[in-house]
Amino acid sequence: MINIDDYVSRVEGTCGKEKDIIVLFKYEKRDETVKKILGKARMEKSISGIIFELSFRNVSIRLYGSGKAIFRNLKDRNELNSILSELLS
Amino acid sequence: MFDPNKIREDFPILSRKVNNHPLIYFDNAATSQKPKQVINAVKEFYEKHNANVHRAVHTLSQEASQLYEDAHAEVAKFIGAENVEEVVFVRGTTEAINLVAYSWGLRNLKKDDEVLISLMEHHSNIVPWEILSTINKFKINYVSVDHDARLSRESLEQQLSKKTKLVCLSHASNVTGAINDIAEVAKLAHEHGALVMVDGAQSVPHMPVNVKALDSDFFAFSGHKMLAPMGVGVLHGKREILEEMEPFHGGGEMIREVSFSPKSRHCSIVWNVLPWKFEAGTPDVGGGVGLMEATRYLTRLGMGNVRAHEVMLTEYALRRVRESCKKVKLYGPIEPTAKCGIIPFNVAGSNSHDVALFLDNYGIMVRSGFHCAQPLHEALELNSTVRASFYIYNVQEEIDRLIQVLQEIERF
Repeated sequence: MINIDDYVSRVEGTCGKEKDIIVLFKYEKRDETVKKILGKARMEKSISGIIFELSFRNVSIRLYGSGKAIFRNLKDRNELNSILSELLS
Repeated sequence: MFDPNKIREDFPILSRKVNNHPLIYFDNAATSQKPKQVINAVKEFYEKHNANVHRAVHTLSQEASQLYEDAHAEVAKFIGAENVEEVVFVRGTTEAINLVAYSWGLRNLKKDDEVLISLMEHHSNIVPWEILSTINKFKINYVSVDHDARLSRESLEQQLSKKTKLVCLSHASNVTGAINDIAEVAKLAHEHGALVMVDGAQSVPHMPVNVKALDSDFFAFSGHKMLAPMGVGVLHGKREILEEMEPFHGGGEMIREVSFSPKSRHCSIVWNVLPWKFEAGTPDVGGGVGLMEATRYLTRLGMGNVRAHEVMLTEYALRRVRESCKKVKLYGPIEPTAKCGIIPFNVAGSNSHDVALFLDNYGIMVRSGFHCAQPLHEALELNSTVRASFYIYNVQEEIDRLIQVLQEIERF
């Protein structure tokens, strides 16, 4: 069982009408995290190999090589945790 | 001579990289970076003069007290205050406005009174009044903004009446940078017998400000947006109004005498003189010293030069965006002289947080969201915006880089 706290540094709800969630991954684990997510999610688009538009379980994700990701239109934090558990396992 | 490249050498943080790119800091409306002169002044205070202020006879306390009082005097001079007693140090703009709400508003705003608040206000100039109105039952009326997010003079004039006791207005919007004519609003408000509470958080760091010329009754701003440390800010109030007000916080420093009467079993209290009456407890002396150094730094540059530099950057950025970014929509006034160096925008097809994260990936720091001004976004029917905001150390080359990355976002 994966412990997502091993990978996630901070989770921020966005300020604005869009109810997205931004996940900041731990700096020292960012390469491993990005690799794991890219291995599981479906690639929709990528730019210069550092910014990726992905989809996973009908959730749209934009992942940045800097170790940050924005998860769009999630129901709640539980859904985020469930998705992260799958992506990072 | 105002040379931003020379100024940049004073800011250690500007030499760092973020995500392997040179840092470009365009989040100055949230907080400014700090020059080594300010950092060193705070360091020197803690290394050589640290002690609690006032009412001690030892050398260190005398030095700390003198520095803290000098800081008040320096700030008074910087904003053109009539005298130093009118300058109260607080934690920041938010605390300054809360001070006015609870010290003045609680005792002076009654049922049937009205407070006018502009829709362009930061939440810090809305929420304290909304909270207080639930206690004192006065009415709040909101002054609308026009299509380019400027204060509607018509709406203001329509709503001002003899019932109006206070007008709350920002000097410059933290979302669009739109500058309000405070002197004109103060004249109108005073004709109706109302006082004016000005949020100067986005003006004092960026342009010459003279509170006497503006004729504001209360004027609040934060040190951290003008090169000083976080945790220190200023409330300027007209002396005669501050004299009449009761304190906000009670404790040490703000009293002259607390005498226990065995007969009444109570303490009788005599307030300290201004501005100490409003500075309860041990103050942030180090922050005050940093603020003093920050005002000296800005004074050496010349606030007129600071303003001219930001107008130049704003004009350049607006022109470059219009020429080169077809999917970028700009908001707020289009004349660079009508605003301070803040540019709110969105990129068609991307939400503001996507854009901010994309820019961050290239070392460019901007803010996204409501910027603590949700009512303004609602009035403009915007879900959120990206905000790039400039300061003394920003240069045209950084704007060129911003444009380049925005073009990448447009292609994505």
